[in-house]
Amino acid sequence: MRKNLIQHFILALLVVISFTTYAQHSNDEHAKSEEKAWGDLSKGERKAEIKKVINHHLLDDHDFTITHGVSFPLPVILWDNGLQIFMSSKFNHGETLAESNGNFYKVHHSKIYKTDAEGTITMDDHHHPTNVKPLDLSITKNVFVIMLMALFMFFIFKGVAKAYKSGPMPKGAGRFLEPLVVFIRDEIAIPNIGKKHYKRYMNYLLTVFFFIWFLNLLGMTPFGIGVTNNFAVTTALALCTFFITQFTANKNYWSHIFWMPGVPKLMRIVLAPIELLGVFIKPFALTIRLYANMTAGHVVLMSILGLIFVANSWIAAGPFSVLTLLLSILELLVAALQAYIFTMLTALYFGSAVEEHH
Amino acid sequence: MEIPVIVGNGLIVIGAGIGIGRIGGSAMDAIARQPEAAGKIQTAMLIAAALIEGIGFAALFAG
Repeated sequence: MRKNLIQHFILALLVVISFTTYAQHSNDEHAKSEEKAWGDLSKGERKAEIKKVINHHLLDDHDFTITHGVSFPLPVILWDNGLQIFMSSKFNHGETLAESNGNFYKVHHSKIYKTDAEGTITMDDHHHPTNVKPLDLSITKNVFVIMLMALFMFFIFKGVAKAYKSGPMPKGAGRFLEPLVVFIRDEIAIPNIGKKHYKRYMNYLLTVFFFIWFLNLLGMTPFGIGVTNNFAVTTALALCTFFITQFTANKNYWSHIFWMPGVPKLMRIVLAPIELLGVFIKPFALTIRLYANMTAGHVVLMSILGLIFVANSWIAAGPFSVLTLLLSILELLVAALQAYIFTMLTALYFGSAVEEHH
Repeated sequence: MEIPVIVGNGLIVIGAGIGIGRIGGSAMDAIARQPEAAGKIQTAMLIAAALIEGIGFAALFAG
């Protein structure tokens, strides 16, 4: 019964996606004319072109591009003297202006700017646009993938949990997930938080581990979905850890920050600001670590693939493709490792928050 | 003469590399001496390496 439900859900999703998908013929022709010119470009121009592709790959987008020319629009929600809601197909992949209630908007490097009817974007000395940027609350590619992932995880884990009602043996996806859940409980939660308090935090630790891991793995698919190489996403995750740590902390935690026991009185005054600073550095380090690791992985992979096009020869294609394959396998390891490290350090901070007096 | 920022970033990354290398080497020694504690040593190694790595990445992205 449950299996049927999930199957229907996935089928419905595929149908919706295929209906809203449209091929951009004009875009394809545009690409062909670029292809012809590729061999005539100088090495420096080719490098600049690849840099552009990599930068675009790392940015969030208002369209969901599955492959070249196949994409579907997502809703754009702007707060600009009232809500402005329209589909991103109005932008035609950033080529045209979008008009909503008499306001005109233009996409510039995946960011939306307010313009006049002609779509002029004025630049300052550093090539940054000086146009007004409306508050962008859009369902962008990343937001869309996060919502899908939340739904996916909800259904998977709901199904797994239900299977345990009929007996202790895991069924289906549970056979794969049970060892991981037990690993997080026995190797991460209990040693770091302690037997007494770990149950309170298990739900968050499991969520954060699987969420990061699945999203990292999704980043390795050819769709170019890099949710965890978005700074905002990792910051939000680290902020969750930060707030849970602060709001569940006992008085020992606070006394260790402001009035460190066991050290001379004078040292306590010196230590207090350092410890207080540490409270904010910890989640910041969590953010940077995940974001930088995933971004660096993608940049390295795409740069090595890009070397084929810089060299512009068949001989280069072989070794660089093999190198990319090997690095991709390494990236799969990093995907799991970063999820593990994030969960591990989160558990460590929770542990310090609930530590008993000794 | 002014030294470019990127030289400093490079130095930090070299330092981080040496640090992680030392952690890895010491962990290998420790595991060889006490193979039964391999799991615990590995965990401690990963945490220490991750903390240093954070500094390396911060330097990389500041530049």
